[in-house]
Amino acid sequence: MLKELSRRQFLAGGGAGLAGSAIAALGFGGPEEALAQAVRPFKLAQTTETRNTCPYCSVACGVIMYSLGDKSKNAHPAIIHIEGDPDHPTNRGTLCPKGSALLDFVHSETRTKFPQYRGPGQREFKQIGWGEALDRIARLMKDDRDKNFVATNQDGVTVNRWLTTGFLAASATTNETAFLTYKVVRSTGILAFDNQARV
Amino acid sequence: MTNSWTDIKNTDLVIIMGGNAAEAHPCGFKWVTEAKAQRGAKLIVVDPRFTRSAAVADFYAPIRQGTDIAFLLGVIRYCIENDKVQHDYMRAFTNAPYLVKEGFSYQDGLFSGYDEAKRDYDRSSWEYELGPDGYVQVDETLQHPRSVYQLLKKHVAAYTPEMVERICGTPKDKYLAICKMISECSARDKTMTSMYALGWTQHSKGAQNIRTMAMVQLLLGNIGVRGGGMNALRGHSNIQGLTDIGLMSDLIPGYLAIPKDREVDFSTYMSTRGFKPLRPNQMSYWQNYRKFMVSFLKSMWGPAATAENDFAYQWLPKLDVAGYDMLRTFDLMHQGKVNGYFCQGFNPLLSAPNRGKITASLSKLKFLVVMDPLQTETSRFWKDEGVHNDVKPESIQTEVFELPTTCFAEDEGSLVSSSRWLQWHWPGQEPPGEAKTDAWIMAQLHMRLRELYRKEGGAFPDPIVNLHWPYRDPQDPQPDEVAKELNGYVVSTVTDPADPNKVLLEKGKQVESFGLLRDDGSTACGCWIYTGSWTERGNMMARRDTSDPGNTGAYSNWAFSWPANRRILYNRASADLDGKPWDPKRKLIEWNGTAWTGYDVPDIAPTAKPRDVGPFIMNPEGSARLFSRGLMRDGPFPAHYEPFESPVVNVLAPKIRGNPAARIFKDDLAALGTSDKFPYAATSYRLTEHFHFWTKHVWVNAVLQPEFFVEISEQLAAEKNIQKGGWVKVSSNRGTVYAKAVVTKRIKPLICDGKTIHVVGIPLHWGFTGAARKGFGPNSLTPFVGDANTDTPEFKAFLVNVEPSNGPAVS
Repeated sequence: MLKELSRRQFLAGGGAGLAGSAIAALGFGGPEEALAQAVRPFKLAQTTETRNTCPYCSVACGVIMYSLGDKSKNAHPAIIHIEGDPDHPTNRGTLCPKGSALLDFVHSETRTKFPQYRGPGQREFKQIGWGEALDRIARLMKDDRDKNFVATNQDGVTVNRWLTTGFLAASATTNETAFLTYKVVRSTGILAFDNQARV
Repeated sequence: MTNSWTDIKNTDLVIIMGGNAAEAHPCGFKWVTEAKAQRGAKLIVVDPRFTRSAAVADFYAPIRQGTDIAFLLGVIRYCIENDKVQHDYMRAFTNAPYLVKEGFSYQDGLFSGYDEAKRDYDRSSWEYELGPDGYVQVDETLQHPRSVYQLLKKHVAAYTPEMVERICGTPKDKYLAICKMISECSARDKTMTSMYALGWTQHSKGAQNIRTMAMVQLLLGNIGVRGGGMNALRGHSNIQGLTDIGLMSDLIPGYLAIPKDREVDFSTYMSTRGFKPLRPNQMSYWQNYRKFMVSFLKSMWGPAATAENDFAYQWLPKLDVAGYDMLRTFDLMHQGKVNGYFCQGFNPLLSAPNRGKITASLSKLKFLVVMDPLQTETSRFWKDEGVHNDVKPESIQTEVFELPTTCFAEDEGSLVSSSRWLQWHWPGQEPPGEAKTDAWIMAQLHMRLRELYRKEGGAFPDPIVNLHWPYRDPQDPQPDEVAKELNGYVVSTVTDPADPNKVLLEKGKQVESFGLLRDDGSTACGCWIYTGSWTERGNMMARRDTSDPGNTGAYSNWAFSWPANRRILYNRASADLDGKPWDPKRKLIEWNGTAWTGYDVPDIAPTAKPRDVGPFIMNPEGSARLFSRGLMRDGPFPAHYEPFESPVVNVLAPKIRGNPAARIFKDDLAALGTSDKFPYAATSYRLTEHFHFWTKHVWVNAVLQPEFFVEISEQLAAEKNIQKGGWVKVSSNRGTVYAKAVVTKRIKPLICDGKTIHVVGIPLHWGFTGAARKGFGPNSLTPFVGDANTDTPEFKAFLVNVEPSNGPAVS
């Protein structure tokens, strides 16, 4: 009987304060029920579980993220716990010293939170708005491209390249982000294009 | 990986060389533990340091960093000498019997065709001898002096166990014990797996390190079989995906190539890509290149890519050099020839070699844009951090933008593991502050550029204003839309030429397999090797079925494995010439008289008859290459070369410094150090508690390993009067760092050619942002030179001096 109770149901039962009667229903009584009643509601039972994979190395261990919030419109989910996914064929629930501490990565104090700008010769960053930052970057790109674009080489062959701006792509973004990045970067003629495969 | 993490349980022998899986990939390493516990498999570790992998090995041997090719060519010599070769496999599945043209030679460390001034080879003599029928000439007896087998035998003759000990510092008795263990895997019912990572790639001959082991595996018959293969452990979570999708100077998604200047038009580009079979009946799968290329161009430029304009071939940039890799780009930046630079989740101030040059280069930019979920050193390269970043902000004119991005927990999409599994993930919370996805940022930049070009005109706007952008919200493309684009879809309905009522491909539908892609513009596909990942049946990458029929470790219904959901590459080679498994206990696929069936998707046409069609279907030969023709810049066979900075001369070719075909820029050549001033052989590495420069931002990991250190032997500490835990100054010809000394038994001096060589280990996890103590990294010291084929920096072997110190001066 116990085997048929899923882990999820078991946790949900505990969290809703029904552990006692659930256990009673399973045929336990007396001391077991008293003990179950004394156990605090299990916080993870009230969270939303989301499947993800560890962002560090390429073993790509499955993880489960537990977020507060029930996904209703005005509830803002916040992750309060991350653990290994026991169903994942590779890691089978285990995580290494890095993966085990993922919660502190998500909530690191030194995460970037606002666009910042540092002007020529300045000693500090200052916060700027997204619109301003993106307008300025697009302008810098276009001016540089218009000035330095190479349409043909010295033999008159069409080469359509832009060598004075370069792009180092990431290593932990998704395939979908990667392909969008590819399209945008290549459409400008950039050749100084690289990723972290080498380092 | 040719195989997968979960397949490692099927092996009999694991060799970890050029990596440290127990420490850097702990949850993947569990499959080594599984093989040891369940099958009685053995683990060999070869490393300059006694690592955590070595600590659980059955056999450990030390090696001087940068000498792996000598070690492995010696293994090949041993196997041939002792007749420990899987003969049927080698004869039928490799190019061992093929004849090489007259004129090919190797002498004094150089192959035929070397041009010293260009540091490059004319590779025309590194080719097969073709017969009048256009096919390669073959000697099945392997006796012809110009057969690949005889040439290989001659090439490895110099690498005797004595020579290996002189070069590598590996004691002969230990070396022979390892040779014996490896050679036993030539039996049909024994397999070995090779697990490697940056310890092999980050050398000036990194690609050849890997190639040498691949040759060992081919001679033993270990490629394509369960528990075998060449398994790159890989570093970052999606570096496999970023490479598959071609985010490199010279690549187009799916390992197609960016055109060169000489490929003036599409027909010229295609003229060298016919991939005519070199042996009768071979599949030579790259014959489909044009289909993949045209489908890619359709995904880039949609309706604007037409047969009339060669599908917008001319809108791709053309390369005038091999590639604008990171090293070349920083060198150009250093010369003042680069104005703008983007770093997306990349921290080159700590991860590119010769940090002094990187700082000077970034200081010459007009603008730098950093997109990252963490505050990186690169986005603060202009900031005065005292000894940890000694710059004058006033003198740096670069405009810097730091754009906050989401991390994994806030983003949706797929990542590719080292097992080639595309796994989908979902967000669990909203981004902090104003952080945005990288996809949104790229879309915003494109929308703005497109608008500016539409309004103002400018240099060649066509590829920008016509970029295919078919998204529901063009300002914010969603992962499902792009995933479907990567998989490929039908642009216009295709009917059967014999029966116009019969629809072969219906407009708007997802393509089921890359075999259906077409070169007439009727299909579009972002990355052909991902076809099958999001079909009309839905998102295959999100599958979570844990069943594993036959207990093979394949997990074929978990996520999606490229290509075609195949779990083990070259799996046709797991069966003998007639299609029966070499080892019946390790069956993968087999020929049932009419078709290939089994546990995995066959890596061959399902009805291709054994003995007709070879297992290496991507090669025009149909076989694997022990002799790689002109496909690698530095030789058709690997050869031993010392690192560019080495404590000893190359005993086989004393006149040669480094890899003779590796590119090195003039200033960087001048910046190399020599062993009279910098006597110790240094190497960089990673710790299990840290991931690159990310986890110093993570409180738990910053507490576990708070501070920069270097590891030295007790002997070197005694010689230099260095105290355990005391400060040392470590310098190369390019820079100086200060570190605490960890004096350890894990590193021992090596004896190479009679000379005592001290090894210095330098981990790389510290900088000046985050929660850990401020520190330095090995890139302040390392040389600005890369691998001859990939330009991967030589981070694993360089020269330093070490002295006791009072620590960094506090100002």
